[in-house]
Amino acid sequence: MLTDKAVEISGLSYVYPDGQCGLKDIDLTISCGESVALIGPNGAGKSTLLLHLNGILRGSTAVKVQGLPVDDKNIREIRKKVGMVFQDPEDQLFSLNVYEDVAFGPVNMGFPAEEVDTRVKRALQKVGMRGYEKRSSHHLSIGEKKRIAIATVLSLDPGILALDEPTSSLDPRGKWALIDLLQKLPVTMIVASHDLDLVRCLCGRTVIMDSGRIVADGGTGIILGDEPLLRAHGLARDATAAGI
Amino acid sequence: MKHSFIDEYSGLDSFVHGLDPRTKLLCSLAFILAVVLTPVGTWQVYAVYLLIMAGMIWLSRLPLKYVLKRSLVIFPFVIMVVVFVPFFKQGQVVASYDIGTWHVTITYEGLQVLVNVVVKSWLCILCLIVLSSSTKFDQLLHGMYRLRVPQVFVQITSFMYRYMFVLADQAMRMQMARDSRNYGLNRGNIFKTMGNIIGMLFIRSYERAERIYAAMLSRGYSGEVVVVNQLRFRLPDAYFASALFLLLVCPAILWW
Repeated sequence: MLTDKAVEISGLSYVYPDGQCGLKDIDLTISCGESVALIGPNGAGKSTLLLHLNGILRGSTAVKVQGLPVDDKNIREIRKKVGMVFQDPEDQLFSLNVYEDVAFGPVNMGFPAEEVDTRVKRALQKVGMRGYEKRSSHHLSIGEKKRIAIATVLSLDPGILALDEPTSSLDPRGKWALIDLLQKLPVTMIVASHDLDLVRCLCGRTVIMDSGRIVADGGTGIILGDEPLLRAHGLARDATAAGI
Repeated sequence: MKHSFIDEYSGLDSFVHGLDPRTKLLCSLAFILAVVLTPVGTWQVYAVYLLIMAGMIWLSRLPLKYVLKRSLVIFPFVIMVVVFVPFFKQGQVVASYDIGTWHVTITYEGLQVLVNVVVKSWLCILCLIVLSSSTKFDQLLHGMYRLRVPQVFVQITSFMYRYMFVLADQAMRMQMARDSRNYGLNRGNIFKTMGNIIGMLFIRSYERAERIYAAMLSRGYSGEVVVVNQLRFRLPDAYFASALFLLLVCPAILWW
């Protein structure tokens, strides 16, 4: 089914197993090719929302990805379409060497060995990490780990990339290198981040979340220009402290 | 932070390094079985085994000092287990002492058991050191997988190896944080904070496991680990396995 909508979410709520409310009435539609930033204070539900995109968490209503509802029947197809990059690359890189990690997705999807090999090489090429195949993940720098983590999902050629804090704990050089890398990827992107530099450079649209709700949605320029709005949701310095 | 590796010298290039991990696994198993099954006191056979191990170390180009140093780790365990045997085993008395009202005797048979256990375990650990130092850990796991070792074991071992260092880092950081706030604590308090650290480490590992599982699911994990097969038996594997087999069987025929 062809559709120009990458993600459709309507009226999604989610309650954590311990009873805490995670998401409340989320309505969000993302078109193909769009880059959307999810910003908001800690605990706003950004990561929780991302985990709904590929069915790791399921809420009150089904999320639709490229027209397909996320349910048990479609889950394999959905996970091929949505590449999820977790915040801590240490969690994403669980194999003993880089090659096995990048190959994990394609192998699980049942591609033949040669196809897996070309996919791994292509994915590593895209993130500029060719030649790292035999290295063990633990001994890479944090910037290298982040890149490999992205390669592990690129090897499945996802149409949608969901990134959780891609620039956290990177130094400025590593951060800008990663932003440059992400700008070159021709996919729909949903990025949860606190890093406003990243948001400005990468995303045309910004969604602010707070306490499990979407509180603002619009062009990045407009949203990030609205100081009082940012301040109200803990994204800019407090007015009294800033001396305004 | 810096850690030592299990497979520190696995990057060397030698005849042993080039063998298929399955060959090495099976040969190690055969060697260990042979050592364990050798009867007490057949010293000539042990000499042959030692020669085999010396040959293996030489063939694998591992630094002798490294192998010997690594092999020391088992002694505390082994000694702890068998150190009392000479005192309790019945047999020909070698020496006896009177300590107060306590009469202690050491028997020849007991000493023999002690020396045998020490020698056997030392030979086995030498073999395992050569195995683990001449094979990259991921290759070893591939070998286990292909030898139909249950997947659960292979996966647990793989995760253990992958996250051992992450956990160690975490523990070290927590310990540093504790030490930098810890003035004049008495011993009881140290044990208490140690308990907290271990508890926290457990919770963090548990949470990390959840996140790793989510990451695995995201990439299509369905409970089955599929391994791309890259292993191939070659001619040297056959030569090596038959040579080792003959070496292990010969002494048995000659001296039993």
